[in-house]
Amino acid sequence: MTGLGFLIPVALLLGLAALAAFFWALRAGQFDDLDGASLRILIDEDDEPVGKDTPPKA
Amino acid sequence: MNIARPLSADLPLDETILSVPGMRCAGCISKIERGLANMDGIATARVNFTAKRVTINHLPDLSLPDIQTALSGIGFDSQPLSVELTRQDQDSTALLKAMAVAGFAAMNIMLLSVSIWSGATGATRDMFHWLSALIAIPTVAYAGQPFFHSAIKVLRHGRTNMDVPISIGVGLTTLMSLYETATGGHHAWFDGAVMLLFFLLTGRWLDSVMRDRARDGVTALLQHRSAGAWTLDNDGRAVWTDAANVQPGMVMLVALGERLAADGVIIKGYTRIDMSLMTGEFAPEPHRMGDKVLAGTLNLDAPIEVEITAVGNDTTIADIARMMEDAGQGKSRYVRLADRAARYYAPAVHTLAAGSAIGWLIAGANLHQALLIAVAVLLITCPCALGLAVPVAQIVSAGALMKRGILLKDGSALERLSEVDCVMLDKTGTLTLGRPTPQNLDDFTPQELGIALALARTSRHVLSNALARAIDARGISALSLDDVREEAGKGVFAVWQGEKVRLVRPEQQTSGNNATSDIASALIIGEGAEKLIRFTDALRPDAADTLSQLQDLGLESSIISGDRMDAVAPVARALGLTAMAGLHPQEKLDAIMRLRDAGKKVLMVGDGINDGPALAAGHASIAPASASDVGQQAADLVFVGDGLTPIPLAIRAARKTMKIVRENLMLAIGYNVIAVPMAIAGMVTPLIAALAMSGSSLLVIGNALRLNRIDR
Repeated sequence: MTGLGFLIPVALLLGLAALAAFFWALRAGQFDDLDGASLRILIDEDDEPVGKDTPPKA
Repeated sequence: MNIARPLSADLPLDETILSVPGMRCAGCISKIERGLANMDGIATARVNFTAKRVTINHLPDLSLPDIQTALSGIGFDSQPLSVELTRQDQDSTALLKAMAVAGFAAMNIMLLSVSIWSGATGATRDMFHWLSALIAIPTVAYAGQPFFHSAIKVLRHGRTNMDVPISIGVGLTTLMSLYETATGGHHAWFDGAVMLLFFLLTGRWLDSVMRDRARDGVTALLQHRSAGAWTLDNDGRAVWTDAANVQPGMVMLVALGERLAADGVIIKGYTRIDMSLMTGEFAPEPHRMGDKVLAGTLNLDAPIEVEITAVGNDTTIADIARMMEDAGQGKSRYVRLADRAARYYAPAVHTLAAGSAIGWLIAGANLHQALLIAVAVLLITCPCALGLAVPVAQIVSAGALMKRGILLKDGSALERLSEVDCVMLDKTGTLTLGRPTPQNLDDFTPQELGIALALARTSRHVLSNALARAIDARGISALSLDDVREEAGKGVFAVWQGEKVRLVRPEQQTSGNNATSDIASALIIGEGAEKLIRFTDALRPDAADTLSQLQDLGLESSIISGDRMDAVAPVARALGLTAMAGLHPQEKLDAIMRLRDAGKKVLMVGDGINDGPALAAGHASIAPASASDVGQQAADLVFVGDGLTPIPLAIRAARKTMKIVRENLMLAIGYNVIAVPMAIAGMVTPLIAALAMSGSSLLVIGNALRLNRIDR
């Protein structure tokens, strides 16, 4: 029975971690464009992600 | 446009969201993102393919027309989106979060509950109860909010809905379980409360996903007006004026291929205008000086100057928007089957729970026991299966229909579609393909066709496009021409092996009476006589078959068209239908309303903006995917492809779905008939409640899954 004291928190923590991961993915917009994601893998160019760090263009 | 400033991170950037309906493939995504990101003044461009939108962060001094011009340079038409429209799906996200939390909690509490049911006693049981409470109470506080908010809102108005018994049930169950836990009782009901939330949130979320797909038709309609216009100032110079500042009396310049920003009268120039927005007719109509032109229509041939007579809400297109809004009101008042059921369900549940508590008190039980009985009754009767019965069936059949190219846009659409008893069909673009098809290509030699193809390819004119497509389909390749030039409003001219060739409007233009079925282009080679290529708007391939299927379903069909009678009559004769012709958008709407007042439930099938109000007014409505944006937005269902058979298929699917929904409701009620007496008798333990709840939900879901085979 002493195993319970160890196993129950582990089970809960793992569950919480999964929940946190799901929330993070939702907030990061991972589910915003489900159809697009499946198409983007077909774009075979190794370009830099367009973002804040994009060098300025003249 | 020359913004040589570097884009640093701290520069204030504007965000513009554009709708780009034309993107279809991975190539489009990279083309748009790359093309825009390389443009001066644009920091980032991100495509959302699902929503067919692109979000652009750019310098404030970059104007909307600049971005749109850049996009059309890459080959995509775009329309600005209002911010409200993009906020729409936040409801679904909130529900999804609540559902995730409830799901997580339900699994963990169930894990603990199973150990209790397997015989945990004493301190172990108490500890498990406390652990359950620890998970359940924050969960109920968070995931229960959608129900609590809605319950409080209706109670304030002195009414009741399904959320009231849910809120009371979940709240009371949690409190009683907490009391039991604190006093070391045998049974805690945390698992039941949280599982209930999980099932109900699943239903809500599915429902909300369905609703999100339905966009606001009116917003789309107003997008058809351009964002502004080039107007002439006092010195005769052209200046860009935003739509908000365009005033009647101004003179605006409308370039070739532009949409008009306001209603007006042509004061200079001669052109043909694509009026399909208003009449649904694809053949462009000639307009000369003094003719009225309408906002939202497309200038095809030559630049014109227009004196503005009406702007903004006074334009004809705004009138149509208003009509659509009014017509759609009736639909929003439609009470869905589940809500009708809830109307009787909620009071019944309250009475039952209160009645059994009072009954047990009278029979001599103490308050604690009586409350436990009431909790059991509330928990058992809570509409788990009822909440899932409708959305699961709808989402399953929506998925099955989508595989057959039918998109469902409104949650209650299937329900309304299953009730229709007559069908009104638009002609152009609905019964017919809505695009000109050359009829007499067999009269031409391959060489002539090769020249025609080469000429047609250089033009963006409707007929040229149609001609190029048709010749292409015959596998004929274009001959190489020199010195190709297009003269707006006249045609395409070129030189082939030293001979002049041209594809032009016929000399003796068959304008006026029989123009609709007889539009033509003339091909002239050298000094030879002109050879006419005739175009007609062909019937969709399976129109007749579809109509006989509709008849088998017990629906009477009829044509309702904005086109002239002599254009509608041949189609009506060919299909054996009655027809109304020459109707304006308002008259189409009136015709639908008359049928509605006569107790008919009309299915409107149409595609044009002129069908918009009628589509919104119909008991249900279907549009082909080739329809105008507004047609698609106003319709409940949209089908892909050239055939019409999706219409009877959708009706059969809708009827089958509603049959399953009714079965599901009967299952849910049947379950209550068995379970409620047990709850009142005090025989229900948390174990039985959990089994009953998940059992009935699984039964309902399983029954709904049968709809997967709806298309067979």
